Amino acid sequence: MLADAATPLVTLRGITRVFPPIAGGGQPIHALGPLDLDLRTGEFFAVVGPSGCGKSTLFELIAGLQQANDGTIAFEGKPITGKVPDGIGVVFQEDSCLPWRTVRGNIALGLRKSGLSRAEQETRIEHVLVLMNLVEFASHYPAQLSGGMRQRVCIARTLVMEPRLILLDEPFAALDQQTRLLMGEEVLRVWRSTSATVFLITHALDEAAMLSDRIAVMSARPGRILDIVETAWPRERDSRILEDERFGAISARLWRLLRDETIKAADAH
Amino acid sequence: MSRRIHLMLVLIGLVVAWEGLFLYAGEEALRGPLETLQDTAKLLTTTLFWMHFGETARAFALALALAVCGGISLGTWLGFHRLSSELFVPMLIGFASVPKVVLYPLVLLAFGLGFPAKVAFGAMFGIPPIALSTIGAVANIRPVLIKLGRVLGLNAISMARVVLIPAVLPEIMTGLRLGFSVTLIGTILGEMFAARRGLGYLLMTAIGLHDVTLIMSLAFVLTSLAVSASAVLLSVDRRLRQKF
Ligand SMILES: Nc1ncnc2c1ncn2[C@@H]1O[C@H](COP(=O)(O)OP(=O)(O)OP(=O)(O)O)[C@@H](O)[C@H]1O
Ligand SMILES: [Mg+2]
Repeated sequence: MLADAATPLVTLRGITRVFPPIAGGGQPIHALGPLDLDLRTGEFFAVVGPSGCGKSTLFELIAGLQQANDGTIAFEGKPITGKVPDGIGVVFQEDSCLPWRTVRGNIALGLRKSGLSRAEQETRIEHVLVLMNLVEFASHYPAQLSGGMRQRVCIARTLVMEPRLILLDEPFAALDQQTRLLMGEEVLRVWRSTSATVFLITHALDEAAMLSDRIAVMSARPGRILDIVETAWPRERDSRILEDERFGAISARLWRLLRDETIKAADAH
Repeated sequence: MSRRIHLMLVLIGLVVAWEGLFLYAGEEALRGPLETLQDTAKLLTTTLFWMHFGETARAFALALALAVCGGISLGTWLGFHRLSSELFVPMLIGFASVPKVVLYPLVLLAFGLGFPAKVAFGAMFGIPPIALSTIGAVANIRPVLIKLGRVLGLNAISMARVVLIPAVLPEIMTGLRLGFSVTLIGTILGEMFAARRGLGYLLMTAIGLHDVTLIMSLAFVLTSLAVSASAVLLSVDRRLRQKF
């Protein structure tokens, strides 16, 4: 059941995450929160923050891969508890292709639980192969692909599930700047062609400023939300908005918010 | 140069070296390659040989099954359970490097003379390398792949089938290859002392009677078996790794 546009797709209330001390003594690590956040249905939402501030922790909490020590998270009004909810697709920072499966085999994994007929599955796989420019590589193994293409396979595997919420944790961090911008455009294109909500974690301010409707800026650990910046970009947009004068203003604002926190995080390390 | 030609050259080299050694050491100590081949062919027609061979084959098959199941279960448990592995892995490595012959009297005390003792002895050889390679394989599973399994909503069985087993298989295969050879060594060694049947026993009596013909034929049979089995396992191993 889809929530209507007025009610948020995801709500986080009073979320706190504290990691127990590692065996052999030490302090518990207060990684995140308390933190409140709403994701609106259909928006492109980005999170930026200094390294180690709890971005991946936040990501895994929303994905249902970790549990908060305190607070509640709901997806489409239903609380997320201990398991990945249907309708949420996840792309990890690390390459998560299964090396022993071909590109097609990897993408097909996304449909294991779909209950679709074989023919329907084939149609969907063909569709995302085209969407992610992977048609020629369908029967290649991941080891035969570049890092950028492997990440495209992971995105394709997520898209084939037709998720209503797509979570991406620094998916392009390992790629060079040009590839990163192009991949950003691809995600933008995918976002436009589906009605999915996108939640993107990134450390690149330009990427956040270029892609997103709203950008949350996080504090140094324990991660809290310092501010949320609205970009007001049109839905039809691509990397050419890098030339827009407002782009510079938004990047500058993000950097102003982050500068002190980044220094704090660097000092703590 | 192709691998096949390479292999042929190595084989020819071995036969030439063998012949050379034979010419040097003489009839007293050795038989030549051609003669050994004829003797072996003759040995293979005797029922005595097949009786002992059957005994060894049964003992080895059982020892190998125990080593594979035991090694993989032990390795899986220690690989996933951090706390027990801290305690047991050093013990396992220690055990792997103990000359097992030293322990054979204990095995005999525990299992008595005969079939169970040599099975246990063979398995003792095979378990450590298989367990150690399994521990390594499990430790090398990338956590992100397990997270992926959870995102895909896999239950425990699918998780094992889709993610865990394919991830650990190539590395375990290497341990199996080693485990296969040392289990064979262990079984035959077990038969050489305190047994009344089996190729190891036959070899021991041949040594006692200084029956060079029988010694050479048995050595030839055992070597051929071990080498061809290793070659098969190696090619399976290669095929598993090739893809990625
Ligand atoms: N399983 C864990 N056990 C203990 N501490 C953890 C665990 N996972 C993360 N942490 C700690 O929590 C803090 C936040 O980690 P997290 O990975 O969420 O940061 P991040 O913002 O994603 O960092 P990066 O920018 O480097 O990706 C870090 O200080 C990290 O050391
Ligand atoms: Mg992270």
